[in-house]
Amino acid sequence: MTTNPLDADRPPELPRPRRGGGRGGGRGRHRRDESLMVPDVQFESYYGRQVVKPAPWKADIPAYIFLGGIAGGSSLIGAGGAVTGRPALRRTGRYAALAGVALGGLALVHDLGRPERALNMLRTVKLTSPMSVGSWILTAFGGFAGVSMLCEVGRSLPDQRSWLARALRAAEPPATIGSAAFALPLASYTAVLLSDTATPTWRESYRGLPFVFVGSANAAAAGLALITTPADQNRPARRLAAIGAGVELGAAEWMHHDMHPLVAEPLRQGRAGVMLRASRVLTTAGALGATLLGRNRVGAGISGAALIAGSALTRFGVFEAGLASARDPKYTVTPQRERRDQRRREP
Amino acid sequence: MGYWTNQLSGPTNPTTDSGWDDPPARKGFFTDTSICIGCKACEVACKEWNAIPEDGLDLLGSSYDNTGSLGASTLRQVAFIEQSGDRIAQARESGGRLVDLGMPAMRPADGPSPELVGQAATAVAEGEVPDFRWLMSSDVCKHCTHAGCLDVCPTGALFRTEFGTVVVQPDVCNGCGYCVPACPFGVIERREQDHFEAGTPNLGVAQKCTLCYDRLTDDQTPACAQACPTTSIKFGDLDDMVASAEERVETLHANGYTEARLYGTDRHDGVGGTGSVFLLLDEPEVYGLPPDPQVPTAELPAMFRQAGLAAVAMLVMAVGAFAGRRR
Repeated sequence: MTTNPLDADRPPELPRPRRGGGRGGGRGRHRRDESLMVPDVQFESYYGRQVVKPAPWKADIPAYIFLGGIAGGSSLIGAGGAVTGRPALRRTGRYAALAGVALGGLALVHDLGRPERALNMLRTVKLTSPMSVGSWILTAFGGFAGVSMLCEVGRSLPDQRSWLARALRAAEPPATIGSAAFALPLASYTAVLLSDTATPTWRESYRGLPFVFVGSANAAAAGLALITTPADQNRPARRLAAIGAGVELGAAEWMHHDMHPLVAEPLRQGRAGVMLRASRVLTTAGALGATLLGRNRVGAGISGAALIAGSALTRFGVFEAGLASARDPKYTVTPQRERRDQRRREP
Repeated sequence: MGYWTNQLSGPTNPTTDSGWDDPPARKGFFTDTSICIGCKACEVACKEWNAIPEDGLDLLGSSYDNTGSLGASTLRQVAFIEQSGDRIAQARESGGRLVDLGMPAMRPADGPSPELVGQAATAVAEGEVPDFRWLMSSDVCKHCTHAGCLDVCPTGALFRTEFGTVVVQPDVCNGCGYCVPACPFGVIERREQDHFEAGTPNLGVAQKCTLCYDRLTDDQTPACAQACPTTSIKFGDLDDMVASAEERVETLHANGYTEARLYGTDRHDGVGGTGSVFLLLDEPEVYGLPPDPQVPTAELPAMFRQAGLAAVAMLVMAVGAFAGRRR
């Protein structure tokens, strides 16, 4: 630093803006953990301001991702129940699918800047926009789930020989197949929705995130089925709970290792880190509970609630981690500089 | 070859790709920050012409720039940075390394690289670098060849004009907000309802620079370029803008200012080159610009493939759960 006569008149230099969380606070343990994982990065920024903008989305969007997942998983459980002759699973799966997709759709509309223009989503089909693709998936799934629910109602009509009951019986196989078919992209496209952005942590997680989301969707739907179905029919739900939770936890672990260490950092820090740690505990406990205590009605219910809460926390945690990664310029600048310098070294 | 492979990344003509027959030449800005004086006439002209509402009169306390960043109600923003001599020397060295590497790519083969790097080193060693400097740069939407905001817009509210620019139709946009995180430069933003009084135009919808689409259709220069007193903001056919940017950076290098470098002119970069090109005097991140921006959609096929595999995995999980003997 050079000095000149005017330096005396200058205000003291402000400290550099803090990077990430935890520095200078009293939480020494967390701080040490971070420094073990990621070396301190040197980077320039414009007064510590964000380079990319975080999504303007509120809690509606992670809530929708969670509800869409539970709707998709429930639809699969309903279809499985219909095919293998388990009426309780069939019934609750179908009702849960429609309720989940309806609530999720409402959350999406609520998050719009101009909710009265929600139908503009169906103005065009655009394959480069995961949100456009998702709107069509949601619409198709919603239609099939609605018809499946009507078929379920039709089964309890007093006169089963009426034209209405016969029509609903005829509609049941295609509605079941359709809702199960669209359940799969409904639960997985939401990962692409987050990844197809310049938000560093979302974008960097694109290889593993769809697997985390489908595992989480199945675990949550199985959790709901454990709560709503009697213990003598819940064997598939118990198994799906264990499989879904295992896939979610395994995929999340793999995803963390697959990502650039710095860009994975927001998944371990701050509010997102707390939510994702809580999610791991709840999902593990729910899966163990479902396997060991699932034959007991109360045990199944508690395990199911843990799985649902774990799934919701996964979605909110990933969402929050992305927003945090957009707010701090180091997550944008540092990996890009590394990429650019790498390219310049090997033209 | 070419058309399909270059729809998501790489050099291409976005105007004809979007279906315009026989469009006019692609228009763009060249913002030469070496002659910007930070007067903010561009910011004011932009606000006036586009009737943008007042969005807060805060003092940010970091510099003469109290605007901070581009946003829904700021379509031009003048960055201001004060740097010490050490930092200038660093910028001169980092720029000199670029000259050494032969960047920008269009540089003639007989370029000034080795001598100039030597000169810069000598200037630094002999104390010819000034004590401090002020960097000023008027930032704006880049009107990318591959625009993330346009790619992800689900309603078709964002569209590619006949001038190759990217514009929001505010009467179509439903404010989903997807374009905001999709922009690798952090330009576009939603004009949030709760920050403005009722009746403010375009509340709840995404807003960004239109390159004064309403003026272009009347053969007029965009308001910011029209108002710029030093011609730091130049407007014209994009090819001419890139050519004059390359000429200018050559001149600066020849005069020993190796810190000068171009931004957005490389058609092989992550966004296929930008419609607004810049001449910067330090690393892009110093001005708040991403050093190596990439359009998110470039990797969309891989993302959809992963989601497809995950969907299959989801089905296998469900079948596995229901398989086996009944109990």
